[in-house]
Amino acid sequence: MVDASHDGNDLITPAAVEDVELYHPHSWWTRYVFSQDAKVIAIQYACTAIAIGLVALVLSWLMRIQLAFPGVLPFIDADRYYQFITMHGMIMVIYLLTALFLGGFGNYLIPLMVGARDMVFPYANMLSYWLYLLAVVVLVASFFTPGGPTGAGWTLYPPQAILANTPGGQQWGIILMLVSLIIFVIGFTMGGLNYVVTVLQGRTRGMTLMRLPLTVWGIFTATVMALLAFPALFVACVMMLFDRLAGTSFFMPAIVEMGEQLKHGGGSPIMFQHLFWFFGHPEVYIVALPAFGIVSDLISTHARKNIFGYRMMVWAIVIIGALSFVVWAHHMYVSGMNPYFGFFFATTTLIIAVPTAIKVYNWALTLWRGNIHLTLPMLFSLAFIVTFVNGGLTGLFLGNVVVDVPLSDTMFVVAHFHMVMGVAPILVIFGAIYHWYPKVTGRMLNEAMGQLHFWITFLGAYLIFFPMHYVGLVGVPRRYYEIGETSFVPASVHDLNVFITVVALIVGAAQMMFLFNLVWSLRHGREAGGNPWRATTLEWQTPQTPPVHGNWGKELPIVYRWAYDYSVPGAAEDFIPQNQPGTLGVTREAVA
Amino acid sequence: MAVVLVLVAIAVGSVLFHILSPWWWTPIASNWSYIDHTLVITFWITGAVFVAVVLFLAYCVWRFRHDPGRRAAYEPENRRLEGGLAAGTALGVVVMLAPGLFVWHQFITVPPGAAQVEVVGQQWLWSFRLPGADGKLGRAETRDVSPDNALGIDKADASALDDIVIEGGELHLPVGKPVKVLLRSIDVLHNFYVPEFRAKMDMIPGMVTYFWLTPTRTGTFDVLCAELCGVGHSVMRGTVVVDTEADYQVWLSEQPTFTQLQAQAEPEGLPVPAEMAQAPGER
Ligand code: HEM
Ligand SMILES: [Cu+2]
Ligand SMILES: [Cu+2]
Repeated sequence: MVDASHDGNDLITPAAVEDVELYHPHSWWTRYVFSQDAKVIAIQYACTAIAIGLVALVLSWLMRIQLAFPGVLPFIDADRYYQFITMHGMIMVIYLLTALFLGGFGNYLIPLMVGARDMVFPYANMLSYWLYLLAVVVLVASFFTPGGPTGAGWTLYPPQAILANTPGGQQWGIILMLVSLIIFVIGFTMGGLNYVVTVLQGRTRGMTLMRLPLTVWGIFTATVMALLAFPALFVACVMMLFDRLAGTSFFMPAIVEMGEQLKHGGGSPIMFQHLFWFFGHPEVYIVALPAFGIVSDLISTHARKNIFGYRMMVWAIVIIGALSFVVWAHHMYVSGMNPYFGFFFATTTLIIAVPTAIKVYNWALTLWRGNIHLTLPMLFSLAFIVTFVNGGLTGLFLGNVVVDVPLSDTMFVVAHFHMVMGVAPILVIFGAIYHWYPKVTGRMLNEAMGQLHFWITFLGAYLIFFPMHYVGLVGVPRRYYEIGETSFVPASVHDLNVFITVVALIVGAAQMMFLFNLVWSLRHGREAGGNPWRATTLEWQTPQTPPVHGNWGKELPIVYRWAYDYSVPGAAEDFIPQNQPGTLGVTREAVA
Repeated sequence: MAVVLVLVAIAVGSVLFHILSPWWWTPIASNWSYIDHTLVITFWITGAVFVAVVLFLAYCVWRFRHDPGRRAAYEPENRRLEGGLAAGTALGVVVMLAPGLFVWHQFITVPPGAAQVEVVGQQWLWSFRLPGADGKLGRAETRDVSPDNALGIDKADASALDDIVIEGGELHLPVGKPVKVLLRSIDVLHNFYVPEFRAKMDMIPGMVTYFWLTPTRTGTFDVLCAELCGVGHSVMRGTVVVDTEADYQVWLSEQPTFTQLQAQAEPEGLPVPAEMAQAPGER
């Protein structure tokens, strides 16, 4: 057996650079609003993301109501339905999940977990948030423009995205969407560079890369990927803006729209799809990798056991990150691209399954012979594994090119991606909030409300999306305002749709209770103390809870061990914090 | 304990749902039963993995749940176990991928004698074109679309003149004959989707895409659009009828050629799809 807990860097080198003085805020405004403290920025990011996420949630209700009870809400016409789909999808993926994982958890946890006082470029970090907020405002503004927001689908495929028969195509909707995305990418880049440089340069003494908690590895790798992937989205948006506003034809071939020849010609709609998915597939992992990292730490802490196969977990994250740049066209098997690409992309896609499966095994093996505390973070982690495995496995259908042919663009796809990149990461977010809320606020979230929230959300989401696969298998296409009369959809599918909608409404309502819990516990939650979960990582070892500006008081912590010394044989406690010196546990000699 | 029971219920319930629920694909009407087989193999492999993982979780929670005095084991790594699991997974992946790629190769390789039909999409109407007596489809381009030439057929191309043009009507196909379906769009992306055929492919303005199939039973099937194409996407429907050879010949002889259509061309403008006037949503 090889020991990963000590890696030969046990000698603590003297500080390479002097501890730097932070910017000191002088007023309420610079402390809480235009703050440069990563922790405040994190909370700003999180609150904004949750607020806009609520909009997406309400939109999902409206769509589900239309699918189960067509026409019952007369204001949902086809235009609105497509607008709702588009805004729901885009908000969930970009403005909620990406922003919350990287801007929210990234900002809060990276400096604390690596033992830094703050991000390395605090001012750019602040700008990053304000640009994100601007992007959200522009996005929301499109609801109030003539014609409303774009209804092009979250994939924004041209030519229809900028033509008159798509809601917002010849009005403001698509323009504001593209502008908002462009602003988002600029803002993200400022934050993203910060996260990367902080992880590479801001670690405290003794915190080697192979001692980083997996949370940091997940967020770090996702950020690197985002910095490489978002430019593709950025240029695609700029080019489409030109097509829409300046009459260029990057993505626009010759087109006859409702009997009229348009003044476009020669462009390639497929080129947009390549650009979009070159961003879009890594985006799936930009959301997934932070979730992988966080859930690893939750499982380890709450099972009181070291994460199994730490180095394998790190490499799996890095390999998944790298491979996810060569699988994008699995979203395009039936797009009309050169069919021979199918061989390549099916192979790469299924190869990714191997490191991904290893992660699942290692989570499960961490539980094995653990000491499992069924706390809320642990419950959400278990729920994550179930949904993620389910959604990951249906990915093997859609990745395996020929099996994708009947399923693509059906509700099967909708069920698959909700399971794997909708529900699974959201469950991790919930687990993470229950886990770190005590550090952020000093108080525990209410347990009873949490339990109710957990059970409704987990079981409800499974009941929504598991049967939905079969709606797609029957043949119901996605993005259908209504399926209407067909010869192949039996009437019972309608009953299933009603069931799914009812559950979706209940699950949505449970989220309101969660939000209430977040607010209620601020005042009424049980006092948490500094380290309620008895965890090893540095953020739990701060001198104050909640940590103050600068995080560490006079002296930066020094790291002596990896992040997973739980239940070390011979140790008095069942955890040894990373900043605690000593040779207890598995020393290098003992396993040599 | 609730957690353990729920996990077991999820594993068992999902399998039972799969077996017992009435929702399954519509009976196939083409040669692509290979696709169905690959799909079924995938269902069983992935289903087994899912059940195994969830039951393993349930067991862990049941067996290693916290009680006072329990202490977790300390085992950072286990190279052999990790390597073995990775190898097993790789094997499972190969078992699924190999037949998948094999069938994909068939899917994109059109058999030599296949007949040709062209499907043209526009918002929100299906049109079709069959080669005439010469067995060849003439050239066509979006730039040539005009009020009396809805599919943009090149009048200068001799092989186009006898092409059979069906604007907004039904497509008929003879049973048992391989056919290459050429796909074209004159406005936005569409996708020609007949659930019973299993095959589908996007249609892209400015390009010709294709798939092929052999219809294996007669009948009337719905055509749906499976790529978002604007606000009328879900009402873009059509019909394919698979005929016996005799019925097919009767139908074929009743269809007008391009030349005949030109002769009776109406000058008013392009035929506007009926749905358009009452497209859902007021615009
Ligand atoms: C209870 C929660 C949710 C419900 C009930 C729900 C429901 C829906 C529905 C009904 C659709 C439209 C399906 C169609 O007709 O094609 C949809 C699309 C979508 N949803 Fe969700 N959703 C939920 C959560 C999420 C989450 C958390 C994500 C984050 C990834 C997400 C991402 C998407 C995306 C990307 C689309 C595709 C939009 C498009 O087709 O352009 N959803 N959702
Ligand atoms: Cu992908
Ligand atoms: Cu369509």
